Amino acid sequence: MTASRGPGRVALPARWIAAKIGAAILVMWIVATLVFFALRASGDPLEAILGGPGSQAGPEAVQAAIERYALDQPLVVQYLLQLRDIATLQLGDSYARRQPVADLIGDQLPNTLLLAVLALALAWVIAVAGALVQAVSRGRWGRAVGAVMHGLEVVASVAPQFWLGAVLIMLFASSLGWLPATSASSDPAALVLPVVTLAVPIAGFLSQVSRDALADADAAPFATTARSRGSGEIRVLLRHTLRHASLPAISLSGWAFGSLLSGSVVVEVLFARPGLGRLLQEAALSRDVPVVVGAVVLVALLYVVVVIATDALELVVDPRLRRSAAALRAPDVAVGA
Amino acid sequence: MSAVRAGLGRLGVAAPVAAVVLLGILVAVAAPGLLAPGDPLAVSPAEGFRPPSLAHPFGTDESGRDVLTRVIHGAAASAGIGLAATAIGVGLGLVLGFASGLGPRVVDAALSRIIEVLYALPTLVMALLFVAVLGPGPRSSILAIGLATAPGYARMIRARVRQVMRSDYVAYARHEETSAPRILVRHIVPNTVWPLVAMITLGVGQAIVWVSALSFLGLGAEPPSPEWGSMLNAGRVYIGSAWWMTLFPGLAIVVTATALTVLGRRLSKGVAA
Repeated sequence: MTASRGPGRVALPARWIAAKIGAAILVMWIVATLVFFALRASGDPLEAILGGPGSQAGPEAVQAAIERYALDQPLVVQYLLQLRDIATLQLGDSYARRQPVADLIGDQLPNTLLLAVLALALAWVIAVAGALVQAVSRGRWGRAVGAVMHGLEVVASVAPQFWLGAVLIMLFASSLGWLPATSASSDPAALVLPVVTLAVPIAGFLSQVSRDALADADAAPFATTARSRGSGEIRVLLRHTLRHASLPAISLSGWAFGSLLSGSVVVEVLFARPGLGRLLQEAALSRDVPVVVGAVVLVALLYVVVVIATDALELVVDPRLRRSAAALRAPDVAVGA
Repeated sequence: MSAVRAGLGRLGVAAPVAAVVLLGILVAVAAPGLLAPGDPLAVSPAEGFRPPSLAHPFGTDESGRDVLTRVIHGAAASAGIGLAATAIGVGLGLVLGFASGLGPRVVDAALSRIIEVLYALPTLVMALLFVAVLGPGPRSSILAIGLATAPGYARMIRARVRQVMRSDYVAYARHEETSAPRILVRHIVPNTVWPLVAMITLGVGQAIVWVSALSFLGLGAEPPSPEWGSMLNAGRVYIGSAWWMTLFPGLAIVVTATALTVLGRRLSKGVAA
């Protein structure tokens, strides 16, 4: 929103981009290593591949599996092979469904991304609206509004989504009958309750950090200067302080996106929607480790992309960062949030 | 500014309220029979799916068990689960955080990188990975949440240890050639304990929510046991008709987590002041 008013376009320095990509690769390497140990810790991999304990696999099937997964090689070789597979996104086959993990995830991902993006947008709208209401209401009223908002924020950020979603179903689906509870994914009305359920906790967090940042910006010299020039409160807010206050919320959006993926597990199970989260829950229940591993790799990849995007957005919103980005003072950002 | 002051004023009232609520929960944990004399597992099929009434303020479930009795008797299980998961997370976090915060620069660089990356992975996604590896069940759900929350604790502990290490009093103690173990015991540990108490208070509330989420997903405690998460999971099927089976156990989780969060924040503010 405020981004469009930035003075001119931002040319991202090549070194900044290189540093981001380097950090992203580091993240993926650490995740791949974690995943490798998780796979090895889950018991005899051969048994799991061939369909769990008591499987009646013939000797050829056993041999094929050993060759396919290089189980006769030393652990180091297996580790390097795993790194290669993850680098090329070859995630193996699902134990339970005998299908490539990449296909399973690819089928379900759009459903979940749709939910997550809509929920993040709604959370932003709620947080900004909350900040505006609090900024505009001053004096004794402002106190009361602030207290109520603060209480709402705490409850919103604490209330678990499985309960929040259940309450929404009771109210709007069972009692009032305004919205469907479970969904044929084609019906847009069926998206409303899942998206709201996902958005509320995120909105609570975003609103808390932007309110604190707004209070800081409000007391900053640039706000005083603007007021002394005769700018009204709304103008100060829209032109100066809101832009400043959006920074921590932007950098939190990377974290928020991860949290949305967590939330999608609960929401998709609750609302019986197909998606990545539901796939993940079913896979964990049936101990289908390759599917869970594939989902974890994908989530890490999405996180890395979102963090780079939010860092770039921060550069656009905050001119001060551009100077340091040019000098490469703050390349350390794969670890934001 | 007014919003900030109002926020602080609100905390001033909220913290004692939270403390009273927690006291009530503690009574339910220690002596559930005092608050609810009935048997949480007593079945009476003829009384199934009764909506809230004077006899059953929170209604009854599919087998005619009293939901209020079950919520009160579930406090001990849920609190125990939350504490156990937090203990695992904090224990691991302490080891990693202190190793990273006090160790040589190479160790710190490597460990803090790993910690940051693990911290960035969504808690529930990481917990599901551990559940898939360990197999579903009440014990592995506690372990999974403990492991999944450890990076967050390690991160905060490392930051705090580093902060204390940079302080003037540690510099002075070093200048005086105080031995390293003595600096650890006299300065670093006492200055890390209080923030840790605040962190644990917040963490137990969060852990109860996460473990309940796993139970809700059918990966934790099994339905007949009176535990808040598994009560929610049992109620999910009947959400259209018997809303009270879901509403009240969930409310117990929300109230507990909110009270712990308010108190935890108040405690961490006390550190800053």
